[in-house]
Parts: sequence; structure tokens; C-alpha cells
Amino acid sequence: MGILDFLKRKPEPTASVAKERLRIIVAQERSTRGAPDYLPLLRNELLEVIKKYVHVDIDAININVERDSGHEVLELSVALPDGKTAP
Amino acid sequence: MSITGEEPLSAEIIVVTSGKGGVGKTTTSASLATGLAMAGKKVAVIDFDVGLRNLDLIMGCERRVVYDFVNVVHGEATIKQALIKDKRHDNLFVLAASQTRDKDALTQEGVEKVLDGLSKEGFDYIVCDSPAGIEKGAHLAMYFADHAVVVVNPEVSSVRDSDRILGLLSSKTRRAERGEGPITQHLLLTRYNPARVALGEMLSVKDVEEILGILVVGVIPESENVLAASNAGVPVILDENSNAGQAYRDTVARILGEDRPLRFTEVAKKGFLQRVFGG
Repeated sequence: MGILDFLKRKPEPTASVAKERLRIIVAQERSTRGAPDYLPLLRNELLEVIKKYVHVDIDAININVERDSGHEVLELSVALPDGKTAP
Repeated sequence: MSITGEEPLSAEIIVVTSGKGGVGKTTTSASLATGLAMAGKKVAVIDFDVGLRNLDLIMGCERRVVYDFVNVVHGEATIKQALIKDKRHDNLFVLAASQTRDKDALTQEGVEKVLDGLSKEGFDYIVCDSPAGIEKGAHLAMYFADHAVVVVNPEVSSVRDSDRILGLLSSKTRRAERGEGPITQHLLLTRYNPARVALGEMLSVKDVEEILGILVVGVIPESENVLAASNAGVPVILDENSNAGQAYRDTVARILGEDRPLRFTEVAKKGFLQRVFGG
């Protein structure tokens, strides 16, 4: 690093990066707050079952609990890869 | 007035909590309790960090601990025996944490018994210094609270953890469970460095307020006086020449309902002599 670079060196304005990351993660965590504790485990076990038949990634499984006037709906969606099955 | 004609004795319970460790909970508990005592209130401050005793050092009474919180819960000492009177304020008392390794030494019933006992002794405020984390100790510290001071640093992990704690405060407390109305939540931003905020290197007050959706009750600037105060065992609020001490005084006044503008959140303009001689 030359002396000019050193003199011109400015700290990165990283606070905006921090703010954006926090905005996303806090919103995500708030949306799953209060959901049953077994959801992540349920998701993993479902993945194991589905993997027996198709190659899917954990991110392809989406689980949501919706509260609707007194009852709860467990919503599950699996995005299947196109046309490829496990051996 | 209650129906029986007697004024029910009840202390206001304030939990100082954060989730993340090392953000300034004990420093805040010590200064908050001292500040409330300076305002003429009768105050007890309790260290809930069973196993790790810290508050006594920050309050400067570590050599006078005879009985602790767990002794009182187990009936081995009375509350009066275990309370340590502050050297500087007659109306301020410390209840030290136990150094037992038994994590289950505190129970909900035991904590309730001690808090009720303090209420009957005529305390106006009970400040509960929570341990870090969201385990049993932290849960017990917040469970009976009427007010919460959530201590947060302008740093990603601390902000995320405090959001988690804010969620727990609104669901996992006695007030929430009984539907007695929400616990008052105060956000306290500590270790704030206005110069780094101005350079875009640190989250600003506004950033933190926006992310968490709650306004701050105070901003404590990062200050070398905080370490000096803990070295000496004197709560930093008593250092009236330091910015941190003054910011804590403002914060306590706001918690007591006074309206005071935020200070020390902008870069201080240096005077001519300071610019020449530094400092």
C-alpha cells in the first residue's frame, strides 16, 4: 500500500450494512415467534422422508403456522426439483 | 385505596435485562438503583446471576456480603439479615447473588417470597439485575417485573438479542400471563460513540429505534469513566463530571416521568484549548 493510499484511506461505512441485515433477520424472527418449538424438528424429519423419494434441499420446505379466528393452520409447501428422482 | 381501607404495600419491580452478556446490565442496575435512591426512593437491588456474583463489586460492598439471595429463599437468613445497606445512601440496599453452583437454587415461589417480603418492608423500587441469556435465571428476573430496562449496544448481535428479549417480556411475564396490562419497556442504548456514528461505522440511535420499533429512554456514551467507576466500586452515576454519569442521571429522571432531551449523542465540538492540547 503506497503512502497516498494510506492517507486517502477511509473507514468503510458499515453501519448501513448492519442496519439492513438486522432489519431482515429481526422481521424474520418476529414472524416465527410464538410458533411451536417442534416446527424445526418437524421440518427436518419431513425432509428425511421426502429425501427417500426426491432430492430436495431443506430450503425447499416451507412451514408456516397461521392463526385464524381461534384455530391454527399448519401450512406446508415443498418445492420439488423438476423431473429428477433419487436413485 | 383497597376495599379494606388499607393501602396495599407494593414495590415497583424493574428488571434490567439484555439477552447478550457484557453490554452493561450490572453497570446499569447499579446506577439505576443509586439514582432512584438519590431521588429519595427506598430501593433494593438484587443480583439474579446465581453462581457468578458481580453486582456487589460494582456497588462496592463485596466485603460486607454475609448472606445472599439463595440463603433467603431457603430460609437460612431473613431478608433483613441479607440486605446490605449502601455506604452512601441510607435508603439503598443490595441483595447479593449466591455463589452456589446449583442452578436450580432459585425457584419461582422462592423469588416471589423474597419480592413480597421486600414489598412488606416498605421498598418503593426493586431493581432486578438479570443474568445474560434466556435461561431460568433471566426468566425469573423478568417474571414478576412491572417495568423493564433493556440494555442494548449499537452492535448487530446485541440488537438482535434485545428484540428477542422484548418478545419474551411481552409474553413470558406474570403481568402478561394474568392479562394485567403490558410491562413498561424502556430501551437503554449504552456504549454509544457519536464520532463513530458520524463516520457511518456504528448504528445510530435512530437506526436502533427503527429496527426495534421502540424509542430509547436514554443513551449512555462510551466512556472511560465507566471502567474507572467499576474499578473503584462506585456506581458511575455518582461521577457527576462524567458524560456517562450525567446520561444515567437523565435516564433515571425519565424513568421517573421527567421529560429531558437526549445529550451526548452528537460529536462534541472541541474548544480551542482542547484542540491545541488534545483531550
